[in-house]
Amino acid sequence: MKRILRTPLGLSAAVLLLAVLVLAVIAPLVWTDQANAVDTAQISRGSTAEHWMGTDNLGRDVFLRVLVATGLSVRLALLATAIGVLAGLVLGAVPVVLGRRAGRVVTAVVNIAVAFPALLLALFFAVVIGPGTTGSLLAIGFATAPGFARLVQTLVAKVAGLDYVAAARVAGAGRIRLLVRHILPNVAEPLVINATMAAGAALLAFAGLSFLGLGVQPPEYDWGRLLGEGLQGIYLRPAAAIAPGVAVVVAGLAFHLFGEALSKGFTRHTAPVKLRRTEAASAVPTDDDAVLVVEDLRVAFPGVTPVRGVSFTVGQGEAVGIVGESGSGKSLTALAVARLIEHPGQVDAQRLTFQGRDLRNGDDRVHRRLLGTSLAMVFQDPMTSLNPAMRIGRQLAEVAEQHQGASRKQAWQRAVDRLRAVRIPDPERRARQYPHEFSGGMRQRAMIGMGLMGKPALIIADEPTTALDVTVQRQVLRLLRTIRAADGAALLLISHDITVVSQVCDRVLVMYAGRVVEDLPADELHTAARHPYTRALLAAVPDMTTDRDLPLAVIPGRPVDAAQVPTGCAYAPRCPLATERCVTAHPPLETDNGRRVACWHADVPVQVGDRGE
Amino acid sequence: MSLSRWVIVVSELTFEDVTVRFGTRGHATTAADGVHLTVPHGSIVGLVGESGSGKSTLARAAVGLVPVSGGRILLDGQPIDHRARRLQMVFQDPHSALDPRMTIGESIAEALPRRARDRRDRVAALLDLVGLPAECARQYPAQLSGGQRQRVGLARALAGEPDVIIADEITSALDVSIQGTVLNLVRDLQRRMRLSMLFISHNLAVVRYVSDFIAVMYHGRIVEHGPADQVLADPQDPYTRELLAAAADPAGQLDLGETSDTTPAHR
Ligand SMILES: Nc1ncnc2c1ncn2[C@@H]1O[C@H](COP(=O)(O)OP(=O)(O)OP(=O)(O)O)[C@@H](O)[C@H]1O
Ligand code: SF4
Ligand SMILES: [Mg+2]
Repeated sequence: MKRILRTPLGLSAAVLLLAVLVLAVIAPLVWTDQANAVDTAQISRGSTAEHWMGTDNLGRDVFLRVLVATGLSVRLALLATAIGVLAGLVLGAVPVVLGRRAGRVVTAVVNIAVAFPALLLALFFAVVIGPGTTGSLLAIGFATAPGFARLVQTLVAKVAGLDYVAAARVAGAGRIRLLVRHILPNVAEPLVINATMAAGAALLAFAGLSFLGLGVQPPEYDWGRLLGEGLQGIYLRPAAAIAPGVAVVVAGLAFHLFGEALSKGFTRHTAPVKLRRTEAASAVPTDDDAVLVVEDLRVAFPGVTPVRGVSFTVGQGEAVGIVGESGSGKSLTALAVARLIEHPGQVDAQRLTFQGRDLRNGDDRVHRRLLGTSLAMVFQDPMTSLNPAMRIGRQLAEVAEQHQGASRKQAWQRAVDRLRAVRIPDPERRARQYPHEFSGGMRQRAMIGMGLMGKPALIIADEPTTALDVTVQRQVLRLLRTIRAADGAALLLISHDITVVSQVCDRVLVMYAGRVVEDLPADELHTAARHPYTRALLAAVPDMTTDRDLPLAVIPGRPVDAAQVPTGCAYAPRCPLATERCVTAHPPLETDNGRRVACWHADVPVQVGDRGE
Repeated sequence: MSLSRWVIVVSELTFEDVTVRFGTRGHATTAADGVHLTVPHGSIVGLVGESGSGKSTLARAAVGLVPVSGGRILLDGQPIDHRARRLQMVFQDPHSALDPRMTIGESIAEALPRRARDRRDRVAALLDLVGLPAECARQYPAQLSGGQRQRVGLARALAGEPDVIIADEITSALDVSIQGTVLNLVRDLQRRMRLSMLFISHNLAVVRYVSDFIAVMYHGRIVEHGPADQVLADPQDPYTRELLAAAADPAGQLDLGETSDTTPAHR
């Protein structure tokens, strides 16, 4: 909410709306009697000092009547919206509660109803139910309902397809509980926004109906009726028509703008990377040919700093892997590079350049363009990065349309081609399917395909093959390699699977507790790893010869909690080689012959992979 | 088939000629095609197969998340009553498996049996079981990393005190260090609690380590099924052999250069 008020649009919309609402409550209380006072001496006057919007045909003050009418107009608009929202919620949510078959019928009905313009529906209902306040209230309410129902259905379908809803079902949650506890809270934001906007529309619609004589009936009056009366004498007394007209427009705008501000406020913002003292002497020699240079990158959230000074470079066409335990900050590092860290995250770095361009400043649009063209990002989480309500092919095609200016048809063809490239069988047919019709592995491949729509100079792939079986994994990794060979793209591959990384990459970075602890050529990983943590990771991988009767080798203890990183070496509590020095002083990342390691006792032989905990 | 044959055995999950189709008649996809599979009482059946071969579909069908188009899924010979929560599932994707608006504690507590008391203690005990600190209960999924969330998923499945657990790729998103802990945990729990488990993974080395039986799925069908030792020592199906060959040599399995397109043998 604070964020919304901070923008000029949000602030003015909020103030305007508040004024309208306050007036709606106060005006009828204060001015009703005065506004109804008949003055036969002042019939149908134009603007005067006493009645500065003139008087009507009974000599009542127009301005006061407009003010008082705020109450009824706003109340009716809100009531109609409430009816519409409620009916829409019921219609939209009913498919979840009723189950498949009955749900389909409701959906079909809603789809037909949505096809009619709301105002036409309102007129239809108003005529059927008969003129009058109640009639038009129901009419506008029901006319709002289908659009809202459609919105609810779409949003609900999106959320209902996620695993946590499935998990709650398996855990025995009933359909109502699913809806109330798991689904609705997760779709509430867009609903609130739309309801606000719908209130503005209802206000206009009500004015329209009353103006036509179908809405509020005398002696009650709202803006629509005042407008109708004022219009009769518009050439003699324009003010009497203009005043209610202005009121309708202002109030309608207030609702609409506030809705707009809400929706802007709810969409997430990325936290731009803060500039830090750049005078600090650069420790890493500048490599101007490098695709990506990261120096002393830090990512902080309130209370935690999960990435604590990461430095590395990715050369032209080079494949660099990042391995490390869950929570070691691999994904955050990748997200920070792509400038995708969200509020309240803080990113800072001494250097962050991509193709020689400083990523620390420049506006968001430039970065988004970068993401669509020369920087491809393949996420760890394919389901939430694909839009469940959109066909896979369209989603891929959109990238090409937006960033490469391809025509709709070209873009679609490229999408199908990319799907084929990532070994989606029968890509023409599959492109027309929705994400939920894909298996987990296929979704991941589709994501990779999306990253490959452009001609990336760097592909950042965060756990791209985690859910794939060995045969497909091999194909996907080969695909990445082919792309690299063809386009000279560099690869930053993040994985917890040290085997995959060692096979695909030229160089491996091992991360622990938000820092790089070792950096070495991939082909030396199995023979020349020096950091005890790297060596323990290598020993913990089960293979086809592991003894099935013994517990698997594990690294004792838990990964470090990012909020409580110990002083000294973060790995010390789990390290068999730890000494006093390790606990007190943090080992620096020393460069030696192109390899880097952060350990006081690197190279000391160690009995890694003790069985059990 | 005589029903009496099944009734004697307790907590046995049986797939009988199970077929699952998605989509309407025109462009239907058959995700599972006449699957016969039994998860005997107190044992772990490992199900391996390539992505999209129908493993997850089979799992979801068992817990009632997708309707079967043909055949039956039985628990102890009876059609499954999903409200009884005797089957629980751990999901593949740790990112979408937890409600972002619920704390970890709430998510786990939701799966506890209704009669359960001391719910807070139970949640803490379950978190401890999967190697997470008790303070986690107050956190939201967005504050945990992928691996941490997956352990929460396991805790939630165990909370329901199920007879059968369906574990769908539960280690594929985990680190090797934690993968070991979770696999040790799975075996330990299974031995202590006599759980029956359908353990789905694409990683043959992992499946080999935990399973008593191994089933191999390919294009919606079970192409091979038998005691683990037998399947590993003497694979009958070409796809199984391919899998074994790829897994046997971890260093060579990603030898990307020379291998021609791995066109699966069945196409
Ligand atoms: N939005 C956030 N707010 C607070 N802490 C966060 C946030 N996002 C991540 N973290 C914390 O930052 C640390 C690193 O997270 P990150 O996602 O980078 O780990 P990772 O190495 O990618 O792990 P995994 O292998 O499980 O994906 C974790 O301890 C996590 O709890
Ligand atoms: S610095 Fe000490 S504690 Fe840290 S990894 Fe090296 S030996 Fe272990
Ligand atoms: Mg990650």
